[in-house]
Amino acid sequence: MTAVKNSVITIKNLYKSFGTNNVLKNFNFDLNEGESVAVLGKSGSGKSVLIKCIIGLIKFEKGEIFVLNKDISTLNIEELDKIRAQVGFLFQSNALYDSMTVKENLLFPLRRHKRHLSETEINLLVSEALDNVKLPETANMMPSELSGGMKKRIALARTLILKPKIILYDEPTTGLDPITSREISNLMVEIQDKYKTSSVLISHDINCVKIVADRIVMLIEGTNYAEGTYLSLKESKDQRVLSFFN
Amino acid sequence: MKKDRGKILKPLYNVLNEAGEITKFALRFFKLIFNRPFEYNEFARQCYYIGNKSLPLVAVTALIMGLVITIQSRPTLVEFGAEAWLPKMVSVSLVREIVPVITALICAGKIGSGIGAELGSMKVTEQIDAMEVSGTNPFKYLVVTRVLATTLMIPVLTVLADGISLYGAYLGTNLRGVVSWNLFWSQVFDVLVYADIIPSLLKTFFFGFAIGIVGCYKGYNSQKGTEGVGLSANSSVVISSLLVFIIDLIAVQITDLLGLT
Repeated sequence: MTAVKNSVITIKNLYKSFGTNNVLKNFNFDLNEGESVAVLGKSGSGKSVLIKCIIGLIKFEKGEIFVLNKDISTLNIEELDKIRAQVGFLFQSNALYDSMTVKENLLFPLRRHKRHLSETEINLLVSEALDNVKLPETANMMPSELSGGMKKRIALARTLILKPKIILYDEPTTGLDPITSREISNLMVEIQDKYKTSSVLISHDINCVKIVADRIVMLIEGTNYAEGTYLSLKESKDQRVLSFFN
Repeated sequence: MKKDRGKILKPLYNVLNEAGEITKFALRFFKLIFNRPFEYNEFARQCYYIGNKSLPLVAVTALIMGLVITIQSRPTLVEFGAEAWLPKMVSVSLVREIVPVITALICAGKIGSGIGAELGSMKVTEQIDAMEVSGTNPFKYLVVTRVLATTLMIPVLTVLADGISLYGAYLGTNLRGVVSWNLFWSQVFDVLVYADIIPSLLKTFFFGFAIGIVGCYKGYNSQKGTEGVGLSANSSVVISSLLVFIIDLIAVQITDLLGLT
């Protein structure tokens, strides 16, 4: 069974619950090639659960998720790893490995997925990733020596190092000041333009969504409540939709 | 009445449930141990941290144990006119029982809590998830390497601690008397036989495995944010220390049954 052509992520009738708490109820979603879609929702609305279902970190009860035309619920771990090599994931908490330097953090996914590369090629990729996030001087620093914004950039560099086709951003601006948030949002757009990636952005930061997303999906009560561009949703008459913009 | 019974049975149920979960976790370790790729670098790094970084603490404790046991034993032996037996008696006590158990308890405190806190913190900061999405089996990378390292390094530390504690015993013997270096060691090796050394060494592999598996289990399944990290570290120490005593009890029974006592 294959998903619609040009769609890099397709979600059909997704259900996920934790005990009696139904987090996702008949959720449907499409991400087209080169597109950037934001999933907007309140805290605890199931946004992070959704993004973790996409990458196979959380198992769902019902529905289908196709990533790069593969039904991820049917993949074994080796097949899932091949898909994961093409999907970058920027974690809300950055998830940088504390015991490793910045360079070692970047090398970690490289050494697993690009075993054929020489040391010179690996070093070039690390330099390129650090240049992309404008932090070339941090290679030998430990994550604990970096500021919140720098950690986010390094996490983004680690996500980018495998040149993924899709990037999943989980609350990329949470905990950052407005100026750094804007810098990170602009960086995400730059990366999108440079590498022609498709991306899913999970956020409740409307300013970040405005800068990054081509289209917005509102996740309310576990379902895709409303969908459209930033401008079309801003002019909606629905109070629940408008509450995100005020 | 039924409610009271429930109150009594619930902790028992929780203990059995935890024991079952740790067993499942250990079985997963054995299932993955021979799967490729083997994480040699991480294993070597863990051996270095667990072995080298614990050595000063283990060494100091072993030296003090040797000294203290010798000083404490002397008056009793003097009372029976058996002072000359001091090196023999102390060395058997140290090598067979005291050093392996105390070393394992120190390692349960230092290594077990360290592993529990490290993996717990990795869990709550999504580092384990990050590892999984970057195509690495976190169980294999984090758990298998750490459990193998503790299983291997605690016997090594125990052997070193045995030697250091015997040196402590030599110093202790010479505090109130004069026993030459050669005489001391000839008495020690006169009394120590393979039946003393091998069983006491074998059980330290089980101590190491128990410390590693409990620390990893607690850290890997850490919940409730930073509070959970503290709980993981704390319960790693408590459970692994208890397991050290239980394993020791079983080991003593087995050696007794085999006639090695």
